[in-house]
Amino acid sequence: MVKELFYFLVFPGLLFSAVIGGFLSWFDRKITARVQFRQGPPLLQPLYDFLKLLLVKETILPKRGSQLTFLLAPVFALFGATMAAVFILLPAFGIATGFAGDIIVVIYLLNIPSVSYILGALAAGNPLANVGASREMKLILSYEAPFLLVLLMVVIKAGMVISFSEIVAYQQANGAFIGSVSGVIGFIVLMMCIQAKLALVPFDMPEGEGEISDGITIEYSGTPYSLIFLAKYIMLFVLPALVVSLLMSGLPLQGWHILWSVLKILLIVLLITLVRNTNPRVKIRQAMRFFWVWMNLLALIAVILAIFGL
Amino acid sequence: MGLKEKVFKKSLWLFHLSAGSCNNCDIEILDCLTPRFDVERFGMKLVGSVRHADVILVTGIVTKKTKKRVLEIYKQAPKPVLVVAFGSCSCTGGIFAEGYNFEGPLDKVIPVDAYIPGCPPKPEAILAGIVKLLNK
Ligand code: SF4
Repeated sequence: MVKELFYFLVFPGLLFSAVIGGFLSWFDRKITARVQFRQGPPLLQPLYDFLKLLLVKETILPKRGSQLTFLLAPVFALFGATMAAVFILLPAFGIATGFAGDIIVVIYLLNIPSVSYILGALAAGNPLANVGASREMKLILSYEAPFLLVLLMVVIKAGMVISFSEIVAYQQANGAFIGSVSGVIGFIVLMMCIQAKLALVPFDMPEGEGEISDGITIEYSGTPYSLIFLAKYIMLFVLPALVVSLLMSGLPLQGWHILWSVLKILLIVLLITLVRNTNPRVKIRQAMRFFWVWMNLLALIAVILAIFGL
Repeated sequence: MGLKEKVFKKSLWLFHLSAGSCNNCDIEILDCLTPRFDVERFGMKLVGSVRHADVILVTGIVTKKTKKRVLEIYKQAPKPVLVVAFGSCSCTGGIFAEGYNFEGPLDKVIPVDAYIPGCPPKPEAILAGIVKLLNK
């Protein structure tokens, strides 16, 4: 029991992934600034933002709307993100836990933050929040199918095992999946899905701040908003870690491997940041078409190639 | 300086409210986000919703029509919130001071923490105003 609590609260759960995620969010903002030839925020900026929202700002509840759901949604989002962090990071670090089938649990856990944002937005009773929620819903419907297909491809390549630790162990024994044709295609599809899961440009229409003023988070202020920030930091670490453990043989922590693990995560975040800085926001219809037609097609090709062992 | 005050000053999020401006001040605000002036160095960023705002930048004169809305926006912001009168218009009325629909300078309507005069203020003046706000 103590061990599970430690896993959940300290390492690799809440505390650890929040600190790393905060660092990655600074990294993302700094790279963005450098791309635009700016100086960028200081290293502790994510911490300042979080503490300011948590300690200083007043929390305002919506008058028309469900206040309990509005307050609980960020808690659920944080919980889902932390659980996903525990289930993904433990096998990625090579700590022997988990059970057969934890991939399926992770699929559900990764959806909890988005679903909670939708619930919170609908509980806020604000029309713009509703628009944001409906867009987020459509986004989930579009990226989920290619995401599942890529997972299927990984499972086929690993010889029909559905547990994270076995997939990571298989790659460490036989080379990373990204070294094959299907692996490269799967990587492209997975990166696009992650971009949409994180709701970053070009798929940031749930919160498009220019048109619907931050959309799903429009009514949040103070402590609940700080929890949403924390959940977002954690997701910014967990999703790259997911890519690394599915396709790039995990994050081993022995000796020199630590350096490689850090570089892998930074590389994925760098790719996400560059994509987000060089693209405009697309319309929700375009995003759905992009995922339903093109990404599904690519993912199917990857699955077929994986069946033939390429 | 306590922790609360420190984190507040290190992460001021700006909300931009155009009461009745000629749009020049509004463009000048965007100038501050460009590479040359870059206020993100100080942890500032523009936010879209007033619920996330720490600083409300009010540009333009408060007119008969917008007075109600300015008050409304001020009430909607989570406290503590700072208000900056941005440009000569909101400081004193500027060239519209004689206008038929002028409702008095901004500090007659809501409490103001800093004034940045100019028509429109230069980005250097805006940065100077921000530094004064941070040292307050
Ligand atoms: S201060 Fe000058 S530039 Fe600014 S809104 Fe007024 S008239 Fe326009």
